[in-house]
Order: sequence, then structure tokens, then C-alpha cells
Amino acid sequence: MASIPEDAISPPSAPAPAEELPRSVRRVIYRHTLPLRIMHWINAICLLILLGSGLQIFNAHPALYWGQASHFDRPWLSLGAMRTSDGQLRGVTQLGSHRFDTTGWFGVSKTNGRTAVRGFPAWATIPGPRWLAMGRAWHFFFAWIFVINGVCFFAYALWTRHLTRDLVPTRRDWRGIGRSIVDHALLRHPHGEAAARYNVLQRIAYLVVIFGFGGGVVLMGLAMSPRIDSVLSWLVDAVGGRQSARSIHFLFAMGFIAFFLIHIFEVIVTGVGNNLRSIITGRYAIETEARDEADQ
Amino acid sequence: MKLINKRRRFLRDTLALTGAVTLGACDKLSQTDWAPKVLGSATAVSHAAQSALSRNAMAREYTEADISPRFRPNGSTDPQSKEYRALAANGFVDYRFAVGGLVKHPLLLSLEQLRALPNRTQITRHDCVEGWSVIGKWTGVQLSHVLAMAQPTRAARYVVFRCFDAMDDGKEYYESLGFSDADHPQTLLAWALNGKTLPIPNGAPLRLRVPRQLGYKMAKYLRRIDLVASMKDIAGGHGGYWEDQGYQWYAGI
Repeated sequence: MASIPEDAISPPSAPAPAEELPRSVRRVIYRHTLPLRIMHWINAICLLILLGSGLQIFNAHPALYWGQASHFDRPWLSLGAMRTSDGQLRGVTQLGSHRFDTTGWFGVSKTNGRTAVRGFPAWATIPGPRWLAMGRAWHFFFAWIFVINGVCFFAYALWTRHLTRDLVPTRRDWRGIGRSIVDHALLRHPHGEAAARYNVLQRIAYLVVIFGFGGGVVLMGLAMSPRIDSVLSWLVDAVGGRQSARSIHFLFAMGFIAFFLIHIFEVIVTGVGNNLRSIITGRYAIETEARDEADQ
Repeated sequence: MKLINKRRRFLRDTLALTGAVTLGACDKLSQTDWAPKVLGSATAVSHAAQSALSRNAMAREYTEADISPRFRPNGSTDPQSKEYRALAANGFVDYRFAVGGLVKHPLLLSLEQLRALPNRTQITRHDCVEGWSVIGKWTGVQLSHVLAMAQPTRAARYVVFRCFDAMDDGKEYYESLGFSDADHPQTLLAWALNGKTLPIPNGAPLRLRVPRQLGYKMAKYLRRIDLVASMKDIAGGHGGYWEDQGYQWYAGI
């Protein structure tokens, strides 16, 4: 039980009556410290606003390219619009050489009941209406909070050894990775004492998202700044150019969405109430089989 | 099972509600007077941090092979004012570029005189605020050289660029720079693009190049520049046409 500080463990919340052998014992542990809970929610708000305002900025030129400059005739992704022969507006998403009709979602969607040409729909952008200047204002303000929060998290995780103890997989974790993949695929989740610590896939996912996606999205954002490029041109070149940096920035954002969906899914299948309580109050209940207790 | 469904519905509703409330709140806040000011305060932090980090560093210069097949013009592409049409009809031989305001020696320069000044050629990337980039080869005189000729007074703090083009709302385009950007070696008053006379869609006869900032800073169709102590009394008071519409004056990001 390396992940829980000894002094943080609460006594069993409901001691079982002595005369009756309980089927399981419920034990409440203190899982997330207050600073981590606060940083988690600041991060969640930042990501939501950065995503919405980022899609607003994307909509100013809803096409992505590889390279230093934009080759306007060959974006790898574009959310465009076309008019059919009968005068109807259709949203056309082009991915590589494939074209899809995405009317209502991408390219053409309804804003306040009126059909409009826009990359991402109004419900997904901040602000809703097309307003690049305001989107940029939201984006850069919350980008600073996101970065400051991230730096605080890193410092805290190092200082309290949250990083090395709870996030970096142990050698035993690595050995059990195959089994963990099968378990996740079958929606079999750790129970009892095993649920008190992060499992190996969880650890890998958190590390990849925090340092890979988080660090990457910030660096690729900076690589889009013409001013920063005067000192970071090596980074811009390393990824293939400023337009590549813009594409990768976008892909990291999509990665965050993918993580968010999986994260929410796992929260649901492993117990919504328990998980939500633990990230709000810190307290997380684990059920231990009574027989296991007796064996020890 | 019922309980789980209830919980799921609760979670789904909570998430949807949180999303809708956040997005709705962001829209409402965007309409207030104060929230955009708070959000805009981040620009000052970005400006300070980026300046400290990059100081006078040079924008990346590219090779001939990197030049975009077409330098995509944006904003005004064909000014319609009578004055500009007359100048353009005559190949800009009557064009006089004025430097005034807080300077010791006001200047009035023809294109020929501008071309006779020491010039610089640079292949740099142009990043539009919309997100796209194009690469072009620019030739012109360094703004610092022209400023040195005009000798700004001690009171001068900003260089204001006045343009011939009116935007859709009838307002004239203008822009401004502080001295740290105005004196940067890559800040040019450019009269040639890709080795040819600057075309009208790209800002003929003279336009500004500031490769470490976004495209909207690089005013086209330059009529004159003025050195000023404050931008408060000029147009909307924010230092540029787009700045008056809420865009950041510092466009390095």
C-alpha cells in the first residue's frame, strides 16, 4: 500500500457487528490530497476553456497543413462548405484525400437556428458566435493558468513523491501490463486493496497525458508564436515547421478529448459516487473481502 | 441497476450542464466591460515574458526554395480612395511618404528616394492571426534607418503607421509599434516582394514588415508615419484598426 501515507488512512467507517461475519469490510482511505484536488479542478476548467477557445481560433481558418507554410491547395484536414446544385449548403470535411458530408457538425452548422458556414459548431466554441479576438483573449489567459497550474503540479508531485510513488509504474507493474490490458478490455477492474493504488495502465495514461500531451500542447503552442520562434526555431524545425506545429497542437487537443472520454468512462464503470467523492473530498472507499482479512 | 442508471443519468446531466454553463458563462462574460479587460491582462504578461526571452533575436530567415508560390493577401487588397487610385494609375511616381509628428526633421520621400536608401532583403514567414502562414522575400529600407534620418524627439514613444485603405466600416487602417520593434533590424518599409515591385494586393507602394509579429501589425498601403507620445487620441485609442476591434496590440503570439 505504497500509495497512501500511513497517517492518511481513516479507520473503517462502519465496524461490523461482532456476532455476524460480514461479507466485506468497507474501508475509507484518503486518496487525493487537497492541493491535488484543487489542481485537478483548475486543470479541468482550463482544459475546457482552452478547448472551446482553441476551436474558435481554429474556425478562423479551418484547415491544417504540414510544413513551414500553408499549402492552401493541400491541407491534410479541412472543415469546409459547398453549395449543392439545388442551392443547399453542405458541410464538407476533408481528411487526406477523403471527403465526408458533415453538415450539422463540421463545416456547416446551425447558429441560433440559422445555417452558418463554420468549422466547428457554435456549441463547441468560446465564445459561441464567430469572434476570433475574444477567443484569443480567453485562450491566452487560460493558457497561462494552465501552465502555472502545471508547474505547481510538477513541483508538488516531485516534492511529495506523488510522482515517483503513485505515477511511475513499478517493475512489478510493468510485468503485469499484459494482464492489465486484458482486464481493462474486459472491464474487470481492481477490487479491494488493489483498487487503492493506481494500476499500471492508469499510471501510463496519466504520465503520457500530463507530460506528453500537456507539455507537448504548450510547446507546440509556443512554436506557433512568431516572436518565440526567433529563439525556438530549432523546435519549429524539429517538428517540420510552424504549420506542422499548429497541426500537432490540434492533435494534442484531440488527444485530450480522447483521454477525457476514457477518463469519464473509467470513472463511471469503477463507481461514479466513490470516484467523484474522492476527487472532491479526498475520501475513497475500498471494499475488502472479509475472508481475505481473516486469512491475514 | 436502477441506482446505477440514475447515477449515470446524474453524471451525464452534470457533465452536460457543466459544459453548457461554462460555455454560456463564457459568452456572457465576453459581453461585459470588465471580463475582456481581465482576460486581456494576460497579453501584458505574454509581452513581458516573450520580450525577456527573445529580446532582439532575429526571426528565422528561409531560403529561396521555401518561398510560397503565392503570397496570399488578406484584408484590403485593392484600396478604392480617389487619392490612392490616382497614385496607382500613375505607377506611384507622385507618391510621397511622409514622416512627421514628434521628429526633429520631418521627411517627405518619393519611392525613388526610398529605393536609393540602404536596403535589406529577407525571406521571412508571415503568420496570419487566422492561423495560416506564407513565406516571401521582402526588400526595403530598415525602419530604424528612416527613423534615424527623422530623429524622433525625446517625447516620442510610438511609431504610428497611417494607410490609404479604408476597411469595410469606412475607417482607415492604421497600426503602431513601440521602439523596441521599430528599431529591430528586420523591421522594414518594404517596396519589393519576391524580387518584384510590390503588387497592389500585397500593399503597394510601401508596406511594413515586422516578422516577429502577426500579419495584422504589418500595415499595407503606407501613407505616412507619425511619432507620438500616446495613442489615446488616435481613432479608437488602442493603437491599430484591429486593436480597436479587440485584438491585442502585442501580436507576438
